[in-house]
Order: sequence, then structure tokens, then C-alpha cells
Amino acid sequence: MTSRPPVLAVKEYRTLTRIAGPLIFVDRIQDVSYGEIVEIIGPDGQVRLGQVLEVDQHRGVMQVFTGTNGLDLSRTSVRFTGDVARLDVALSLLGRTLDGAGRPIDGGPPIIPEASLDINGLPINPSARARPSEFIQTGISAIDGLNTLTRGQKLPIFSGAGLPANELAAQIAAQASVLVRDQAGQAHAAAFAVVFAAIGITHREAAFFIDRFQASGAMPNTVLFINRADDPTIERLLTPRAALTAAEFLAWEHDQHVLVILTDMTNYCEALREVAAAREEVPGRRGYPGYMYSDLASLYERAGRIRDKAGSVTQLIVLTMPDDDITHPIPDLTGYITEGQLVLSRDLHRRGCYPPIDVLPSLSRLMNAGLGAGKTRADHRPVADQLYALYAQGRDLRRLVAIIGEAALSDDDRRVLAFTDHFERGFIGQGPAARGIDETLAAAWELLSAMPRAQLKRIPRADLDRYYHG
Amino acid sequence: MTLAPLSGNGARPAGAVVRIAGPVVSATGLDGARLYDVVRVGCSGLVGEVIRLAGELATVQVYEDTSGLRVGEPVENTGQPLIARLGPGLLGRVYDGLQRPLAALARAGGHFLERGGAVSPLPLDRGWAFEPRVRPGQEVEPGDVLGVIAETAIIEHRLLAPPGLRGRVLAIAPGVFTLNEAVTQIEPAGGGAPRAVTLRQDWPVRHPRPSRAKLSPDWPLLTGTRIIDALFPVAKGGSAVIPGGFGTGKTVMEQSLARWAAADIVVYIGCGERGNEMSDVLEEFPVLQDPRHNVPLMDRTVLIANTSNMPVAAREASIYTGITIAEYYRDMGYDVLVLADSTSRWGEALREISGRLEEMPGEEGYPAYLATRLSEFYERSGRVRCLGMPERHGSLTLVGAVSPPGGDFSEPVTQNSLRVAGAFWALDYELSRRRHFPAINWTRSYSLYGLQNWYASEVSPAWPGLVGEATALLQREAELLEIVQLVGPDALAEAQREVLAIARLLREDFLQQAAFDEVDRYCPLDKTFWMLKAVLEFHQRAQAAVARGQALDGLMALPVVGDIARMKELPPPEATAALPALIARIAAQFEQLEQAP
Repeated sequence: MTSRPPVLAVKEYRTLTRIAGPLIFVDRIQDVSYGEIVEIIGPDGQVRLGQVLEVDQHRGVMQVFTGTNGLDLSRTSVRFTGDVARLDVALSLLGRTLDGAGRPIDGGPPIIPEASLDINGLPINPSARARPSEFIQTGISAIDGLNTLTRGQKLPIFSGAGLPANELAAQIAAQASVLVRDQAGQAHAAAFAVVFAAIGITHREAAFFIDRFQASGAMPNTVLFINRADDPTIERLLTPRAALTAAEFLAWEHDQHVLVILTDMTNYCEALREVAAAREEVPGRRGYPGYMYSDLASLYERAGRIRDKAGSVTQLIVLTMPDDDITHPIPDLTGYITEGQLVLSRDLHRRGCYPPIDVLPSLSRLMNAGLGAGKTRADHRPVADQLYALYAQGRDLRRLVAIIGEAALSDDDRRVLAFTDHFERGFIGQGPAARGIDETLAAAWELLSAMPRAQLKRIPRADLDRYYHG
Repeated sequence: MTLAPLSGNGARPAGAVVRIAGPVVSATGLDGARLYDVVRVGCSGLVGEVIRLAGELATVQVYEDTSGLRVGEPVENTGQPLIARLGPGLLGRVYDGLQRPLAALARAGGHFLERGGAVSPLPLDRGWAFEPRVRPGQEVEPGDVLGVIAETAIIEHRLLAPPGLRGRVLAIAPGVFTLNEAVTQIEPAGGGAPRAVTLRQDWPVRHPRPSRAKLSPDWPLLTGTRIIDALFPVAKGGSAVIPGGFGTGKTVMEQSLARWAAADIVVYIGCGERGNEMSDVLEEFPVLQDPRHNVPLMDRTVLIANTSNMPVAAREASIYTGITIAEYYRDMGYDVLVLADSTSRWGEALREISGRLEEMPGEEGYPAYLATRLSEFYERSGRVRCLGMPERHGSLTLVGAVSPPGGDFSEPVTQNSLRVAGAFWALDYELSRRRHFPAINWTRSYSLYGLQNWYASEVSPAWPGLVGEATALLQREAELLEIVQLVGPDALAEAQREVLAIARLLREDFLQQAAFDEVDRYCPLDKTFWMLKAVLEFHQRAQAAVARGQALDGLMALPVVGDIARMKELPPPEATAALPALIARIAAQFEQLEQAP
């Protein structure tokens, strides 16, 4: 067995043979490793970062994160660093603003690293994971009541163009807390450290988030990674990885509870497709590469809790469904990896309902672990099931009324219709104010108590006796 | 899987890496390599498998992340195919797709999965009390039970004479043995040196284990899920597919099956699924009790956890590792249930590797051999007469979840699975959105296993009639709902409205089942029978009453309707007495109604 050949000197090559989109092809390279980070020095002397995508005996293919504009074949040189992509991490990252590749852009002092970590991370051993089970109170009834979020979960917001997903994400970041008990048994709301990754969002959207973080005083507890819409496209492949590396460091080494916001993953997937197309790979659905599922999983699965570690990584992922199509590969593959989804509805938004969360297609898979006696309240699950059942029935009735008119309905049906309206206006559309879980459940019982008791089949008798006041 | 040591003795020529593209690596100089030989790639000894040979060039799929690998690094052929290591101690363990014990790695401080880790899949130092079942001097055939070990409180591990070994037992005695100690020597029938038999057997995962004969699947595998046991049962030794878009409850269903199905052994393959959901299983199974034996579920379970962020090629191997372990227990004469969640991720792994090999893509980019691989996999299910003596039957039931993109069942993995599976449990977006779980669509799903005779003789002669009536009611409801959508409920006759009302009872109070409810999550067959009978009893009475001119609203206001809605809440032991009493009450209340002026 031979040992790895030592890298004695950094080699520089001027053997570019082809530039195609974000890719460069370099000939006659030696001793290059797969996934290695390269520095590309253009004719203007500017240094760009790239990564080896494929290598054989004669040739290597590299993607250039900052774009290939201005590169040529004769004067451009390539330097191999012999290392994978790394991020310098430290607790002092909190409060800082970095670019999409993790370099400070806030004019502050350089970060003195406690460690320099491979941004691809390592998969968590499934046996070392602890089950997410702590209820996160977001102050939003549609989430807390019906799609409960837990610490260590990854939950995406499926949005459409023009829908207020970013407002919702910012509101959750500002309000999210976990009730923890101190030594005296007193309950406190513990806030999260926020790692925010802006992936190809507009200046306006980025400014909105920064304003909101500053206004809520959360800034000192926040790390911002900003890749704006006009920043290099391929750099977007680095941004979520860098952000998650920072989050993992804060969670596993500094016992922080970290909420990671990734917005907008649609832009990330576009960048992935661009590289795949440039490599002339066999395209999968809608031109996205066949490995997009694995690639997205390598990001999303970096959420969770680990046994005997105090911290946690919770992910809130924002993505825009092209043409509101939930079967589009981006939301589809995301939904197969994440633990549920929150779906925003254009219909509710137009009717002025905020947050416009359509609860029927929304889901939180870890809900059961986070609710019930001792966490929220024993009646939480049956109440949520009952609200769902009635609302689904009401939505069907609405369709029916549109065809045959309200006159044909029975009294029971009319009550369900009235419930549906109140549910959307009052319970879901709570406006910008926050609601505690007790208020959310009280609002739910208010709605349920307007229904005949016999119709509430999903709720055990004991809970009805206690809370029903119709 | 055994991670065969790097040979180091120079017996086989070492090759060298010439090209790296993600998990696919090409090497030259591997003279004599056979297809599917396991190789160790690079200085860190990454595990890979030869998947193509062309002249000098061997193409290798690597089961671990190849970042940092360089052209020119050595590649060594182990000369062995990918094997599963079989023996006592499999039960209760959690493996990755290559049979590395995850709990042992985690205990060693590995919160994260590093590359190239090699730990024995089975405990090497644990002693097992062995009880022989053959005498010295006895002639044995492959598959004969040589002796037994109490592997867990309920599972007797049977040591079988290895396939291909026929001969005379030299010495055998009770005792305590570790995994690699010889428990006996067998003198081969054709002559030659005696062969030692240990508790350990290695088996190549891509080859089905042999059996004497395949039998027809005539018994149902009871699952404790009402809609499956009553309407769409799967046979022991059969296979079923569960396709469904995300959020339709595939994983919850697979986990319910893993918990409550009446199998002796359950092998759960989490292939490309969520880490947090695996942790759910890992925390619950050691605590939850098997309803039939009152021992922790973990004692009958083997988990293969290859989550979606673990290397893609290992995902491809994981289902073979899982099914080989299942066949091993089948050969001892057990009923084994294999749950694969999800076969789509496996199909996608095939597609990803195929794409890197630049093969001509078939439908939706999947390789043309997808159908062949899927049918080979599904055909490893079955009820068999095992090899060897004593005479015994075992079964391997296979349930595969499928995750069709966009919930569209016309995609290749779903369609190719349907061609080979005997039961189809179609999960439905619409049902899951209204929180009707399990979201099995009763009009699309089917079961090809003719098990009605079993139900008629084992449960009640009334069973086939009841099931037929329930299916007909649900079908009638679907037709009537179409009319309602067009012209409104007013246009229906009272008798038709009665059908709608009963179908609703059937859906809400019988088909719906709460997987997370302490009582409702497991429904034994007799409770299922009585629940169904109660609903249909109500139907017959109501039908007659409506025909006599009674108003439906009055019937649906009877107190028994509330009792029917609460049937699920009855704990199984009470239910067998309470439900016949309920049926009597239904009769009584209708008679009262009839006599009232």
C-alpha cells in the first residue's frame, strides 16, 4: 500500500483547452484529486475559485464558482490547492455578514478561525441521532396548531412568485422559541441562533431580511451568507453548504440551537442544472440532473439532533414553485426529503389572509413527537385532526355550492361552511401578531364549539367534556 | 458485508485509478477481475464493486464518497463478490447498506460517518449456547438443521448445514461458541478433508439463496391494519407495492407494518430515506412490544439504514443486503417480512450510476435494465419448502414503497413494480389531505391473492360476503358522488342517500385508522371482523327501514351511530365482547323505531 504522495509545491497549469459555460477543461494535469478546490487566475490577474468535477489521466473538468467571463485559453492559469472547499468557523461568526462563499463582506475584522471545516460535512450516523421532540413555538396558529415544528426538523415553505414566503420566514426567525425550564423549574422561552443563507435573492429581499433582523434585535445572534441575484450563479452551489457548516459548528461545538433559513432553493437548483447542462450530462426530469435528489439530500439531511450533544440544527427552507406547480421537480424532490412542507396559497393571499398557509397540502411529519401532554396539551392532536377533517369537508362543500347553490345544503353542511370561513379568516389569517400555543388552542375550541358536539367524532369524550362549550 | 482485508500478499495484481467521476471510478491493471468483484479503491481503501469490464479498463462503483481520490492511486481486487455476513446476533442490529453496524460505530464516538470504517457486522466475542440437533456420524444434506441457539427470547436461531456441503458429521456437542469457532466438522460425501462449520455464513448478496420448492401463497400475512386485512390482503410469501407522493403516508404505513404485522422476523430497509425518521424507529422499537409475544419489537427486527445523504451506490447495495438477511431466516423456517422504503431511491441510484457510465437511457433516464432488476428483486419473495431436514416451510413477504415523482403512477418504477407485485396499495393525495389515513385508495388498489377461502374457514363463513358488500357500497358511493357533483344531493332518492351515509360510516369508522393512537394502531382480525359486521348490520337495518318509509335523518340520529364511531376506541380484548353487544343494540334500536308510532 502506498501512502498519499505529499504535495510539495503548488503546481500551476496553463493548459486550458476549452471553456464551456461555467466549466473549464484543463489538459496534462497530474496529481489532482476529485473534488479539489482550484484557483483560476484570469488574464486580468483576478483569482477565482473552482472545483474539480471529473478527472482522468490526461484531463480535468472544473466548475468555476465565480463565472468564466473574461477567461481565455492562453493566459489563464490554474492552481491546485490540494484541499477541499473549507470554511473558517468561529463563535465570532455570530453577528457577521459573509458572501456566498463565506468571506466577510461587512467591513469587519477578519474572522479568527477556531477551525477550518470541509463545507460538505459528513453524514450523521443514523444511530447517533436523537429524535426531534421539542416543540418550537412559532406564534403562528397554522404551524403551531396544525403543522407543529420541532427542534432538529427540516421544514420547507413552498411558495409561489409574489407570495409572502420571505415575510413568513422572517417572522418565524424572529418569533421561534422553545420553552425550557431552568433549575428553579421556571419556564423560559429560549431563542435560536439564526444562520441565514440568501441564495440568489434580490437586493430588495436581502435588504428586507437585514432590516427585519436589525429591527427585532436578532442581528448579534445571526450569521448572514449573502449571494444576491446578480452575484455569480455557480457560487450558489457553495452558499447553503457554507451556511450549514457554520450552523453545524455552532450547534455541535458551541451547544447552540440553530435555525437555518435557506432562501431560495429554486435558485440553487437552477445553478445545479446549469452545471449539469454544461457537462452534457443525461438530463432527468425538466432538464434537472438525475442526482438532484442526492444532492439536495446532502444539504437537507444536515438538520437534526445528536445524542449527548446539547445543540440542534433546524432548517427552514424557502423555495418558489415555478408556476405554483407542486409536482415540479424542485418542490417534489424537496418534499421527499424534508419532514413535511408548508404550502402557501395564492387564493388565500388574494383574499388578504396572512399568513396564507394552505393547511390541507401542508404537513409536519414530526408533529406527533412535538405535541401532547407535557409539551403542548393532551387535546392538541385530536383538535388538529378535527379541524382538518371539517376544513376538508368545507372546501368540498364550497365547490358544490359553486355548482348547485347554497339552497340545496342541509343545516349540517351550512354549519360546516360557516366554520370554513371563520377558520380561514380567524384561525389561519391571524395577521402579523404572534399567538401562543394556548391562544391557538383556545381559538380552535372557539371554532369547534360552534359545531354540534356529535359531529366532533375525532375528539375523545374526555377532551370534549373539558373544553367544548357549545 | 465483510470488508475483506487488503490482501497485501501480492497474489492479485494491483490496479490504478485512471478516471474519477463522482461514485464511478475507472481503473486499469485489474487482471482477472470478474464482474461484481469487490475492490478496495485508493489509499484509504474505499469499498467498491466492478460493474463493467472493457479490455484493460474496469469500471467500479464506489460505495463511499470519492472526494480527495487521485488518479494513480492503487486499486486492489479482493476476488470476492459483495457478501452478507450471516449468523446469530443479526436481530436487533442496525446496519448501513454495506452491513456496517451503525450502533457500534456510534458507540466508538462516531457521531458522523467517516469513510473506510471497518467493523465486524456481528459480535465476535459473544458466546452463544449451542444445542445440537444431529448426532455424530449422521449424514447431513445442505440445509439440515445442525443445531439451535436461542438468539432472542422468541427466535430460535437454527444453524443450517451450508449450501453445497453434504457429508457425515464427525463430532458435535452442546457448548458455548463464538462466531468463528467451529461447532462441528463435516466429512464431505465425495471425500476430501473435513470442513469446519462455524456459526458464521457468508453469502453473496446478489444471489438468491436456494430452496427446495416454491409453494403457492395461501395464507394471509395479517398486518393489524383494517383496510389491508379486510379489503386488500397480502399473502405470506407475497409481495405488495405502496406507491404514493410525499406526505401520503408511505413511511408511516411501512412502520405500522413493521410494528404489527404477524411475521416472525422483520427486515426494514430504509433506503435513501430521512435520518430523523430512522431515529424514530430506533427509539421506539426497543420500547414497543410485539402484540403477539410481549417482547420488544427490536428482538425480531433487523434495520438497514442508508439515509438519503449516505453514498448513493451503497443505497443500491442496501436492498440486496437486506433481502439476503431475510432469506437466511426464511431458510430456518420463519415467516419474514421485508419492508423496502423506498424502492424509488434504489431505482434512482441505478439511474445515477447508469448516467455516469454514459449508458443509453431508457424511459425517464432510467437504465433499460430497470425492469429486470426490479423483477429479480421482487421474485426473491415467496413461500418455500426449505432445503434440508426437518421438513419446514418459510416465507419471505416483500413490501416495497415507491415514491413516484409528482405522485404520478405512470412513471417507470411504479409501473415495473406493479407488473411483479401481487398487491397494490395506492396511496392517494386527496385522502391524505383530508387526513384520511391510511390513505389507501379503495377504488384503485387491489390484491391478487385469493385468500377468501382462508378467511371463510378461519374467521367466519360470512367474511367473503361482508367484504364483497363493503366493496360494492364504496363503489356505489363513488358513482353517486359523481351525480351529487352534477345535480346536488337533493336529486337523490332516500335509498341512495342511505348508501352515501353508510359509505361514510364505512370510511370514517372502519377504514380510517390512527397509526399513532395507543389502541387503534393495531387491530386484530376478529375486531376487524366485528367492526365491519356492525357497520353492515346497521346498513341492512337502515336499508329496510328506508324501504318502509322511515326518514334517513331519524336513523342517523340513533344513539348506536355514536357507538359505531367509537368502535375503534375499544381495546381488542374488550372488543370481542362489546362489538357483538353493539350489533344486538343496533337490532334493538331499529326494532324500537319500527314499533314507535
